[in-house]
Amino acid sequence: MADASASTGQSQRKSFFQTLELDTRLLGMIGAFAVVCIMFNLLTDGRFLTPRNIFNLTIQTVSVAIMATGMVFVIVTRHIDLSVGSLLATCSAMMAMAQTQVLPGMGFELNSPIIAPIAILVGVLTGAIVGAFQGYIIGYLGVPAFIVTLGGLLVWRNVAWYLTTGQTIGPLNDTFTLLGGISGTMGELGSWILGVIAVVAAGFAIVSARRARIRHEFPVKPMWAEFALMLVAAVLILGFVWILNSYDVPSRVLAQRFEASGTTMPEGYTEGYGVPYSVLLLIAVAVVMTIVARRTRLGRYIFATGGNPDAAELSGINTRLLTVKVFAIMGVLCALAGLVASARLSFHSNDIGTLDELRVIAAAVIGGTALSGGMGTIYGAILGALIMQSLQSGMAMVGVDAPFQNIVVGAVLVLAVLVDIIYRKRTGAA
Amino acid sequence: MVDRSGTPLVEMKDISISFGGIRAVDHVSIDLYPGEVVGLLGHNGAGKSTLIKCLSGAYRQDAGEIFVNGEKVSIENPRDARDHNIETIYQTLALADNLDAASNLFLGRELTTPLGFVDDAAMEAETRKIFQRLNPNFRKFAAPVSALSGGQRQSVAIARAVYFQAKILIMDEPTAALGPQETRMVAELIQELKRQGLGIFLIDHDVHQVKELCDRAAVMKNGELIGVVDVDQVSTDDLLAMIIAGKKPEHLAA
Repeated sequence: MADASASTGQSQRKSFFQTLELDTRLLGMIGAFAVVCIMFNLLTDGRFLTPRNIFNLTIQTVSVAIMATGMVFVIVTRHIDLSVGSLLATCSAMMAMAQTQVLPGMGFELNSPIIAPIAILVGVLTGAIVGAFQGYIIGYLGVPAFIVTLGGLLVWRNVAWYLTTGQTIGPLNDTFTLLGGISGTMGELGSWILGVIAVVAAGFAIVSARRARIRHEFPVKPMWAEFALMLVAAVLILGFVWILNSYDVPSRVLAQRFEASGTTMPEGYTEGYGVPYSVLLLIAVAVVMTIVARRTRLGRYIFATGGNPDAAELSGINTRLLTVKVFAIMGVLCALAGLVASARLSFHSNDIGTLDELRVIAAAVIGGTALSGGMGTIYGAILGALIMQSLQSGMAMVGVDAPFQNIVVGAVLVLAVLVDIIYRKRTGAA
Repeated sequence: MVDRSGTPLVEMKDISISFGGIRAVDHVSIDLYPGEVVGLLGHNGAGKSTLIKCLSGAYRQDAGEIFVNGEKVSIENPRDARDHNIETIYQTLALADNLDAASNLFLGRELTTPLGFVDDAAMEAETRKIFQRLNPNFRKFAAPVSALSGGQRQSVAIARAVYFQAKILIMDEPTAALGPQETRMVAELIQELKRQGLGIFLIDHDVHQVKELCDRAAVMKNGELIGVVDVDQVSTDDLLAMIIAGKKPEHLAA
């Protein structure tokens, strides 16, 4: 193994990216994403890469992206979950019914402060229980995941229908709808604070990883590479915050807000939206799921089981229980996605989450999750969701006919997997 | 010579196990003493792997008892086996191909930080230490084990057993996929482990290798134990006769 920390210049033969120890697949995906964005930006005369559209793109992606992180675990363990869209609907229906019918029936007003937490808890428990139940049938009773969740696709869609008698349920609790996107943002100052915290956290993570390697006398990257990484991270994080902050709240909305508080709006006053709470939720989910994947035994067992189920079993890992856990996590994430989706609409509709299972699976697969198991990353899945959403809304902006939109998305899915297979063959990774 | 006067490390008594009406192991009894290597010989399907899987926890015997250090134990799963310091190196090399050597070595028994997170740096450091002893030329610590050669993969499996201080080691055709030099490495390792007082069950097809490495050989045929013989008292032809014809050599037959 070449020594990356060599001060004598031995490392000059390694490429720039190798020295940075960046994942070249990730770079490829970012490159593809950038190409998509620039292409649509040219086709729409610069309307695609405006703060407004980036803001919308971000909040449209959240629901699918949250579920895609869970789908990574499901696919890594060599399973599939076709029921996520339907389970999202059931969780959303439970949350909507809890806040509009059940809790008001117990004497709480719709906008009472305890409604949102209870409704969210109901949704998350529903997701966890349904997910664990499906996982039990798969892990302990041995019915293939494809069949169990294909059944679930029908069952949970119609459980949602039954719960709401097919009606649209709304309006929802005000606190609850804060998680929908544009209806709840952190504002400019809050967003900058969040950005600075994220930059500090990224810097701390890089430094502590380096310290751990030095403590065990492993080779480390040259200092300039560490600094370059930190700089890139800081630019990306703060740039993202800056863009979301540049999307101004319409002056009409601001004027109403000032009126409501009994003051008049100063002349020329503007305010940006900042980071939506739903995006904050996605970031939190991504961080937690990444930590689970990389730093916990659960994550290690998920990847080991995906790589070689027999080896995992013989190493004393309870792979059946692991299946239950993976599907329970997926269920919880469906509930969170349902929360964001219904909050964004500010009501629960009967067709919420329809076809989301396909978008979620496509996002995970485009993000580099191998259906043969054992491989996949959380950030890849989120990036996959973002690429899918960009294609879809970009084509809508350009005015591509609806059938062609779906044809392109379908073709891109197959093409992405093909490119990934070729890439893996070239680099010799299995 | 192996001292067989004390308590045996392992005693498997009257083990039987059937699969769908076929008796894969039929009332077999076998024992193993500290510092001893017992070879298990037989054709494919003779029942040697099945017998040993009752000890490693992969199968559960239908009838019979297992004693470790004289105490009756119940081995329900691989975790129970590990708790009794029984480690197994499988023919199929039970490694997760997508993980690196350290992750595989510690699979199921990860080192964790005080906060409960897996401590990859510490595990890699321990892995480097143990490989310093077992296979000093090994360098691919960061690569997934799918990128390793057969011998390197085997050394990961063996390192796992050695690191966790196995007292009883089960090796299922450890050299089947290896070249001559790697086979020699494994043979030397077996001698070294034997000196340290481990008991080893070695499942193998190769009669010559069994004669060279083992103290005793147990021969099975059609699920039954033909006999257990001291390898120094039999020729390879005798062993072959036992495997093929299922007959104990005449000079040993009681």
